[in-house]
Amino acid sequence: MKRRIPLILVLVLGIFAAIAFVVPHPSVRGVDDVMRNDVLRIIGAFSLVLGVGSIIRHHYMKIKRKAEHWPYSWVTLSTLVVSAILGLFGGIDPNAPGVLFRAGGVGQFLSNFHMQTLYDNIMVPLAATMFALLAFFMASAAYRAFRARNLEATLLLVAAFVLMLGAVPLGRMLIKPLPAFAEWILTVPNTAAKRGIMFGVGLGTIATSLKIILGIERGWLGGGGS
Amino acid sequence: MLAPISFLLLVTLSPPQDVMARDRPNDNGKEISVFWSPSGDTGVTSYRILRQTEGQQSWDTVGMVGRLARSYADTDVEDGVRYRYVVLAASETETAESEPSDYAVSTPQWFDTDRIPALFGVAIFTFLIVLATNLARRNRNLFIRRISGLDAVEEALGRATEMGRPILYVPGLSSIADVATIASLNILGEVAKKTAKFGTPLMVPLRDPIVYTVAREVVKESYTTAGRPDAFSQDMVFFVTTQQFAYAAACNGIMVRDRPATNFFIGMFWAESLILAETGATTGAIQIAGSDAIHQLPFFITACDYTLIGEELYAASAYLSREPLLLGSIKGQDYSKIVILTVIVLGTMLALLANVQVLDWFRSIR
Repeated sequence: MKRRIPLILVLVLGIFAAIAFVVPHPSVRGVDDVMRNDVLRIIGAFSLVLGVGSIIRHHYMKIKRKAEHWPYSWVTLSTLVVSAILGLFGGIDPNAPGVLFRAGGVGQFLSNFHMQTLYDNIMVPLAATMFALLAFFMASAAYRAFRARNLEATLLLVAAFVLMLGAVPLGRMLIKPLPAFAEWILTVPNTAAKRGIMFGVGLGTIATSLKIILGIERGWLGGGGS
Repeated sequence: MLAPISFLLLVTLSPPQDVMARDRPNDNGKEISVFWSPSGDTGVTSYRILRQTEGQQSWDTVGMVGRLARSYADTDVEDGVRYRYVVLAASETETAESEPSDYAVSTPQWFDTDRIPALFGVAIFTFLIVLATNLARRNRNLFIRRISGLDAVEEALGRATEMGRPILYVPGLSSIADVATIASLNILGEVAKKTAKFGTPLMVPLRDPIVYTVAREVVKESYTTAGRPDAFSQDMVFFVTTQQFAYAAACNGIMVRDRPATNFFIGMFWAESLILAETGATTGAIQIAGSDAIHQLPFFITACDYTLIGEELYAASAYLSREPLLLGSIKGQDYSKIVILTVIVLGTMLALLANVQVLDWFRSIR
């Protein structure tokens, strides 16, 4: 029964979603929208509680066991608590202060640390820093890719070299038809390969959905195909 | 003298012609499309669309569009109510009003005829999948080409076991609504069965709380199926954060601190793909990646040892489990690809022949 109920739910809702794809009438599309947006959001809200529970348990266990690098877990947990207090009682931004910041004294001082202020001044720069690291990772990946270890890597190297040279004025100066050739590589063989992959992805997506709806694929239940 | 001249200017701008209002086809109602032929004057700068509800005298402005527009979608209508429209051409100094259109009524449709080709394609594909699955019931020795990335899973798990180091499984950053995430969770189930069998520590950090709950159940069930429910720990599958780069930083931290022997990056990835894969490569771990995100595939191919490209991601759980019914569905996909390739080749040939004189012969025999 534990497996049968999810399978029946998936079958019914999967067929309903397929019907909603071709029936635009509000009586069908409306229900579909509710399922996709509202129900998913409600499930998301409940699972977020489980997610927060997971963070707390994971790091609490690390601290309890004094696992390697356990002091970092204190950082995570204390950040979680401070963020939760500021978010729940401090309001989102200075224009809509919460209970915490309406009081004078410490509350007045703390009003500099609204949720939005923290987000803009801590999360955004940190995320930007991580994103900026991509430039260095790209350089090291390029070095790795451009070592002509085998035929495929050599082809990659040659194609990349032609494309890069074709994109700068020097390439045109050295070999006049090079930019056109680079463009051809990008628009013909590259697009052909991409479309081939996209065909496979499209078919794979439909096949996986069908297998799940029909109950052939049960890996998501942890039970494999049995 | 000025007044008569400006009066003359006002009447010189020619109005839009043939104003038509129609219910938008194949929609869920609440929309009427208005079409018109442009004013012949080059000085027109914009068109204003006015609406009158049947039984009322007033005309309300419902929208304004640029001079190049030839249609307008009025989405602020009630189903079953009759409306008619007038289009006003406006220049810098004057306006000209069209004749009113006929009345139009917005109604929701029960069938989207635009989607018939997609429905037809899916029906053929479904038939081929069901056919291949049924064939697989009878013939259990189906040939599936080798996928080196999946053949390496066993070797990678064995290596981690020998080294006594954990395995990191990142099932992408997308939500459960993404089929790539579901495909990844199917693979996670198979990987978890093997880690249960070998007794290898498994770490599954997650970005989406719903994916977290599903992944936890998948791993738990896999450990139970493998006969090792005692080896499952709640700590194996854990939620990290919903923030993209914070999640990438957390995974990088795990790779650098815990030094997993094998990293799986399977699912949907965005800009963080190279950050994860390059960090993993520097730690010396065996890396198996898989994604249907075309723009991230080159990064994975460059930085990982094995990469599941596109459809291989969806074939992986069948390949790993060797379940005949699942393998049958892969055969079904192959049959569908044959159909698509045949259509492409035939279409290309016909498109090429369209410009060839020899077709005149076909036309002549009609």
